[in-house]
Amino acid sequence: MPAATQLKPSSGSAVAPGRADALLVVDGVTKRFETPDGVLTAVDDLSLTVAPGEFLGVIGPSGCGKSTLFNVIGGLIDRYDGRVTVAGETVSGPHPSIGMVFQEESTFPWRTVIDNVAFPLEIAGLPKAQRYEKARHFVHLVGLDGFERRYPAELSGGMRQRVSMARTLASEPKILLMDEPFAALDEQTRLLLGDKVLQIQQELKQTTLIITHNITEAVQLSDRILVMTYRPGKVKRIVDIDLPRPRTSEIVSSEAFGRYVAQIWSDLREEASRGMHDDEARKRQGGEKSG
Amino acid sequence: MTALSMKRAVPVLIGVGTLVAAIGAIEILIRAGLINRYIVPLPSQIIASFERVIVEEGIPERFWLTLREAFWATVLLSVFGVGIGVLLHRIRILRLATETWVAAMASAPTVLMYPLFLVIFGRNASTIIMMGFVAGLAPVILKTLEGLAGTRRVLIDVGRSFKLTPWQLYWKILFPAALPSIFVGIKLGMIFALINIVGVEFLINFGGLGQLINELAERYDLAGTYAAICFVILVSVLFFIFTERLERWLRPVN
Repeated sequence: MPAATQLKPSSGSAVAPGRADALLVVDGVTKRFETPDGVLTAVDDLSLTVAPGEFLGVIGPSGCGKSTLFNVIGGLIDRYDGRVTVAGETVSGPHPSIGMVFQEESTFPWRTVIDNVAFPLEIAGLPKAQRYEKARHFVHLVGLDGFERRYPAELSGGMRQRVSMARTLASEPKILLMDEPFAALDEQTRLLLGDKVLQIQQELKQTTLIITHNITEAVQLSDRILVMTYRPGKVKRIVDIDLPRPRTSEIVSSEAFGRYVAQIWSDLREEASRGMHDDEARKRQGGEKSG
Repeated sequence: MTALSMKRAVPVLIGVGTLVAAIGAIEILIRAGLINRYIVPLPSQIIASFERVIVEEGIPERFWLTLREAFWATVLLSVFGVGIGVLLHRIRILRLATETWVAAMASAPTVLMYPLFLVIFGRNASTIIMMGFVAGLAPVILKTLEGLAGTRRVLIDVGRSFKLTPWQLYWKILFPAALPSIFVGIKLGMIFALINIVGVEFLINFGGLGQLINELAERYDLAGTYAAICFVILVSVLFFIFTERLERWLRPVN
């Protein structure tokens, strides 16, 4: 097995050694929810770091607490155990250094593309001419030149997600946090948008954390991948993706890529299967109760 | 004619065509004796009576009075209806405590309260405006509330992620997101208000189109009565055009 595809052993933590310079540190985060069936631990003692300029992928089966982790890091959930810091500063509530791209379509339908992208600049109080100039740069960056005056309803799903991404990038966050941004798109569009993300990351040296359940996407984009366990969400394994950069979607046809995908799937399979059985058992129980 | 202007003209042409066809059908049914002409006058008679009603019955002044009353009632119910809707959305306990009552208010026959309003405001336009306002308030409150509560969670999260203040969150996200629903409420409220305005004009014999309809009906001038009703519809049409324009200006695309 080539060194590039060797997997690190499960450590229970993604705080890699020698990462004292980490930009983002998630330290022992545990999040529990009160549910009608009792307390549900969504994320359990999870730690990770992201170095400046790094692209970290977080992958796990449905229901493993990926989105909870996204909301904790983004400051949208504030009652949890543990700590999240950005450049040494504790995150409590939404942090200006963290930009979020959501899974669900989140463009403002009443604003044109340029006005959507200029939104954070408008909030920051930038004069109109300046914010439009800056917004145009980010529209260009995501490849939507010529669509500035269009409304989201006139765009495809992939284009709308690019608008969301441009809007978040316009706020110039230190860390770009993305929650399954291409989940609603078809595989081909997803791969092409992956190219766009790689290109942007290359250009801006943007520190990025992407949460996904798509192995191909995670391997295509990431420097490291954190594999999560099914409920409660813990770190199962961290995989260094030693594929050459700059990358494009053509990498998916390489042998090394295939090996990474296979190895991550072998880790994920067990968790996904546990999740599926758990889900079925809950549905059966629900059926018996209602029956 | 370009393809785009043709595309826009087609619905208008179909609408006008349907109206003309319906009027023609009624004319034929009346002439054939299938509809009693002493209850429903011939559309041709109604059209012929327009000039008479406009010249002899002082339609411009009456139309202007009803239009002004409807305008002020709409302004009031927009300001207070949207304001109360926002308040109920902000204060959850208040919403839970009063939402059912507001919904019940929508079906209350408030027009029957006109003697009370006459005592409070006197026999003047204020009474009529307030009656219209009260009648149209509930749908504006309910639709504002529905629009704000129905704002997609992710849009609010986007706002939170950009650290918007509560005021910015309302003004920049919740309000534009709720705008289509708010305008449905305003249009419904305006319809309720106009019905009540004309109804109270009719009842208290104060003036406006309502009073004219009453007078013409008592004279058994059926064609004139229907012609006057057409002017009430015109008030409604003008308000619809105005609110649609306003909505499109505030939110060009839904």
